[in-house]
Amino acid sequence: MAKLILSMDGLVLKEIPLTKERTTIGRKPHNDIQIDNLAVSGEHAVIVTILNDSFLEDLGSTNGTVVNGNPIKKHFLQNNDVIELGKYKLKFVGEAAPAATGEKADFEKTMVLRPSAMKAAAAAAPGGGAQAAVAQRQAAVQAAAASAQAAGIADKEPPKPAPAPAAAPAAAPKPGGQPLGAIQLLSGGNAGKELELTKPLTTLGKPGVQVAVLTRRPQGYFITHVEGDKRPTVNGAEIGAAPHSLKDHDVIELAGVKMEFFLKA
Amino acid sequence: MDLTQTLEIATCTDPGMVRSHNEDSIAADPANGLVVLADGMGGYNAGEVASGMATTVIVTEMRQILSNAKPYQVDEKNNQEIAARLVRDQVLKANTSIYQAAQSQSQYAGMGTTLVVCLFYDNRILVAHLGDSRLYMLREGKFRQVTRDHSLLQEQIDSGIITPEQAKKAAHKNLVTKALGIDPTVEPEIHEYPTKTGDIYLLCSDGLCDMVDDEDIGMTLQALGGNLKLAAQQLVQMANDNGGRDNVSVILVRVLREYPGAKGVMAKMFAWLK
Repeated sequence: MAKLILSMDGLVLKEIPLTKERTTIGRKPHNDIQIDNLAVSGEHAVIVTILNDSFLEDLGSTNGTVVNGNPIKKHFLQNNDVIELGKYKLKFVGEAAPAATGEKADFEKTMVLRPSAMKAAAAAAPGGGAQAAVAQRQAAVQAAAASAQAAGIADKEPPKPAPAPAAAPAAAPKPGGQPLGAIQLLSGGNAGKELELTKPLTTLGKPGVQVAVLTRRPQGYFITHVEGDKRPTVNGAEIGAAPHSLKDHDVIELAGVKMEFFLKA
Repeated sequence: MDLTQTLEIATCTDPGMVRSHNEDSIAADPANGLVVLADGMGGYNAGEVASGMATTVIVTEMRQILSNAKPYQVDEKNNQEIAARLVRDQVLKANTSIYQAAQSQSQYAGMGTTLVVCLFYDNRILVAHLGDSRLYMLREGKFRQVTRDHSLLQEQIDSGIITPEQAKKAAHKNLVTKALGIDPTVEPEIHEYPTKTGDIYLLCSDGLCDMVDDEDIGMTLQALGGNLKLAAQQLVQMANDNGGRDNVSVILVRVLREYPGAKGVMAKMFAWLK
C-alpha cells in the first residue's frame, strides 16, 4: 500500500497510508490529511489512488502545490516524490518501492485458493474499485507465482542446514558469520571441560533446581534465566528476567558452578 | 469445572520484522480450557478484522454455552458427547459473521482467516482447524505436528507430486485450500486425542513454522518447557531472527494434572435420574 510521510523541518510527524480512492489534503478539519497551517488552503489538494497508481491534483490552492521543487497542477506520483505545502513536506512512498521485496511480501501473504469464491465476493462488492483490486491482486499473485517459479528458488533463503551432528561441531553453520561461542567450566567435578555452543539454544543447570539457557542469535549470545529461585550471575551480578547479552570472557555462575564464556576465533 | 489450575497457558504474538500490522489474533479462556488462534487474510486491515471476529465469536459463544453445560455431556438425540458439535457450531457461527461482513462491506470483500481451536476437557483435547495454522504436541520428549494443513502444498505432498523436502523450498507456501469466512459454509476438521500430564501443546500461525524448522521448535520447547512464557517469547524471537517475514503467534498449553470429567457414581446417578 502506498503511503505518505508527513514531516516538518525534517521531523517525521506521521505516516498516512493511502487506503482511500480520494485522499484530500487541506487546512479544514474535514480533510483526510489536515494540515493546520495558514500557507495551506482549506481544500488544498487531493490524491486519487487507483490500484497501485496515485495522482496528485491541486484544487486551485492559493499558494499552489510543489512536487520535487516544481509547481504542479496534476502529477502522477512516483516513489520518493516530495510534496511541499508551506513548511510541511509529504513524502510519497509507492507500493512498488522496494520492487523485489514488495512483490515477494505480497506474494507471501496467505491466500485462499478459491478463485470462484473470490470472484463471487468481488462481484457482490458494489465498488468497482474493490472488484478490480481483487482481480488485480489475483493476477499479481499468479504473476508472482510464475516469476517465482521461473526464478526457481533463487530469491528464497537458502534452506537452513540441518544441525551439525555432535561428532563434527566445527562444521556447524555460523549464522551471519558470527564467531562461535563456547563455555569452559571453571569449578565443579568437570572443571576444565569445554562445551561449544553450536546449537541455537543450550540449556545449563539442573531441572527443578536452577536452569538457564544460552541462546545463539544473529546479534550474539544471550543467557536467560529459565527456572529456579536463584538466578545465574554474570561477572558476579545476578541477571534480570530479560535475556542478558554475553561478552567474551564473561564468567557465569549457575547452580554453584562457575564457567567462562568465550568466543572462538 | 475450572481448568485454570490444570492448564498452564502462555501466549505471544508479534507483527514480525516486515509487516506493519498484525493480522493474527489469539485468545484464551483458561477456565473453560479453550484456546483459539487465527491468522487473518485480506486487504488493508480486513485480515485483522476477520481473525479478530473469529477469536471473539468463538470464545464468547463458548463461554456462554459452557457456563451451563459440560463438553462431556451426552446429547440425548444422538447419544454423542456435545463437545465436537459445540465447537463446530461456534466455528460455523464465526464463519457466518465473517462471511456476512465481507459481503456487506466492500472494504472487507474476500477477507478470511485460518483457525485452530483447542478445547481441553475430560483428559482430552478436541482440536478443530482450517487452513495452515497448526497444532503441535510435545509428549515425553517427542515433538510432532498434530494437524495437517489445508494447503495446496500439503495436498501436493499427499498426492506424491512433491516430497516434504521439496515442500520446504516451494514457492506457493501461502495458498490455503480451506479458510473461515470465505464461503457461506465451511467444514472444519475436528479430531479428539487423549492428553497426558506433562504434555505441551503449541498452536502457531505459519509465521512461526515457515521461519523456524520443526526440529528447532521442538528443541526450544524441550529446553525451555520449564518456563512456558519464556518459551513462547523465544519462539517468536527465533522467527524474527530468521527474517520474521510474517506475523508470528504462538499459544503454549501445558497439562499440569489430570482433569477427568465428572464421571463418578454421582454423575451417573444424576444422568440416570434425568
